[in-house]
Amino acid sequence: MTTTSNVPAYGRFGGFGGRYVPEALVPALEQLEEVWRKAVVDPEFVGELERLQRTYTGRPSIITEVPRFAEHCGGARVILKREDLNHTGSHKINNVLGQALLTKRMGKTRVIAETGAGQHGVATATAAALLGLECVVYMGRKDTERQALNVARMRLLGAEVVPVDNGSKTLKDAVNEAFRDWVANVATTHYVLGTVTGPHPFPEMVRDFHRVIGVEARQQVLDLVGRLPDAVLACVGGGSNAMGIFHRFIDDESVRLIGFEAGGEGVESGKHAARFSAGIPGVLHGAFTYVMQDEDGQTVESHSVSAGLDYPSVGPEHAHLLESGRAEYRPVTDVEAMEAFSLLSRTEGILPAIESAHALAGAMKVGRELGPDAILLVNLSGRGDKDVHTAAEWFGLIADDGSPRLPDDDGAKGMGEQQ
Amino acid sequence: MSVGLIIEKCRADNRAALIGYLPVGFPSVEGSITAMKVLVESGVDIIEIGVPYSDPVMDGPVIQDAAVRALARGVRLGDIFTAAREVSGAGAGALVMTYWNPVLRYGVERFATDLAAAGGAGLITPDLIPDEAGEWIAAADAHDLDKVFLVAPSSTPERLAAVTSQCRGFVYATAVMGVTGARASVGEAADALVSRTREHTDLPVCVGLGVSTGDQAAEVGRYADGVIVGSALVRCLTEADSEEQGLEALGALACELADGVRRGRS
Repeated sequence: MTTTSNVPAYGRFGGFGGRYVPEALVPALEQLEEVWRKAVVDPEFVGELERLQRTYTGRPSIITEVPRFAEHCGGARVILKREDLNHTGSHKINNVLGQALLTKRMGKTRVIAETGAGQHGVATATAAALLGLECVVYMGRKDTERQALNVARMRLLGAEVVPVDNGSKTLKDAVNEAFRDWVANVATTHYVLGTVTGPHPFPEMVRDFHRVIGVEARQQVLDLVGRLPDAVLACVGGGSNAMGIFHRFIDDESVRLIGFEAGGEGVESGKHAARFSAGIPGVLHGAFTYVMQDEDGQTVESHSVSAGLDYPSVGPEHAHLLESGRAEYRPVTDVEAMEAFSLLSRTEGILPAIESAHALAGAMKVGRELGPDAILLVNLSGRGDKDVHTAAEWFGLIADDGSPRLPDDDGAKGMGEQQ
Repeated sequence: MSVGLIIEKCRADNRAALIGYLPVGFPSVEGSITAMKVLVESGVDIIEIGVPYSDPVMDGPVIQDAAVRALARGVRLGDIFTAAREVSGAGAGALVMTYWNPVLRYGVERFATDLAAAGGAGLITPDLIPDEAGEWIAAADAHDLDKVFLVAPSSTPERLAAVTSQCRGFVYATAVMGVTGARASVGEAADALVSRTREHTDLPVCVGLGVSTGDQAAEVGRYADGVIVGSALVRCLTEADSEEQGLEALGALACELADGVRRGRS
């Protein structure tokens, strides 16, 4: 016997993480880790990534204080980290540029990716175009339908988008299909995994590529208000934007770290993606972490209005932050998230991604709990352009056939009338 | 009883062992057990009893489809023990092939206890590498069960040494880089992988992924200690118009494969 699973080991966060993969992929994971660890101490790699962040992504992303929105957050000061202003419209580009550069270093010519909302797929297609790599993106059929615009974007960028018809036809099944492709084509192909889960070294590597979010935001908040925030808030699907903004604050014990999962139609309804409310530890997609599963260990399908949060598992480092008590995680329902979506749009002129709207809904609750002296830093992980259709349907602004529904039409509820 | 002993016996007969995969629960639990017995009667030496799983990343479309349909028809993890009991009772080796999470959820030690009690020989674990298998290795050793880990054409000498040192029963060599499913040619990678694996172990080395015909079984049986067939057998059942027709096709293919391994070295 060589190991016991109870001992925190290599590639683990506490007891979570690990490398639960077919043996065929082990050499590729070992190569990836070796190339990555060398690259991050190589001035040439670090310099190139920094140059791309500055001249291509548009980093550093700004912070924006949102006083009119904050009136609905118990009067607490609310500061947004504007990852929505990055090139391609979300935080996802941070990780993708890093992995695309690593792909070149490994001498591979093809990248594959999974995508839920389409943001990671768009970012990967973008990086592939920039660096001259072939790109295939797997996307659940249901997500290609609710994020049709992002499918077109990826194709315009030269990527092939493969709709996945298996299982729940969402993000989880796209990940399965990406793994199947990877096993068959690993000699030429790098799997640009889009979040902080999967087999080691992905959770640690993807987190480190996103860590810049928290590094920038911490200094920006200090410069603006002269002290650290009371809480840092982020939505958690796989958990990459949250790990990216949380990580720099982990040693700041006075700062609460709060993640918001998709509560869907409510945790009690069973139709949600609240892994920390209803999941239990298990293995999915290469990592030991919290998984929504039945008593036979079969994955249970998740539900959310947000394609990017509609995932039955979560990054293993989040599981560790939960169990160690350093971070807390709460569910936010579809209704609460859409209310926050509407509110930020109308009070601040910023359309958030529906994913990020879960963190904004969280700010409304946490702000009321902490009161007017509190300062909240919220990661606005993406912009809502991709969600206009979903939101327009939600608020009754368009008819079933996609035509506009005007205020005097029967049945239109409109965003204004909701408040 | 270790399936290694069955493979030894085949080796004494100067032939490769024939190992056939079927998922429990398709077309029904009872129907799948009947199908497994048909394989045994047709000359299959070891049955790989598959656990249908919601996220089978190592499987191609045929086995995915069977798993989805088995789960929709209500198969439960516990049915695996019934199948193991029936298969070993029919005189064949009963190895369970499962993704890791169902075992983890059931409890590793409890699973090993119940599998041993049912006459199961051990586990094939396609997404569990020995590095993460401490708990399973301990339970398998305590309950005298086989531990079949996989090696692949991409495996380095270091990985071959590490993986084979933890196997019992046999070493599962995946013939190609990819998921399960019939292929026109099994290719030279399999032969080379078997040779490379043998540099590190005296255990039998069995080859799977892509074998679907008697001729392929004969070809692989020339250099491998066992020939593993999955998707081609499963397809007999999933594509049949009736259960009877499915069993008939299954028996015919199994006989063809059994003939293949018997003429491979003659």
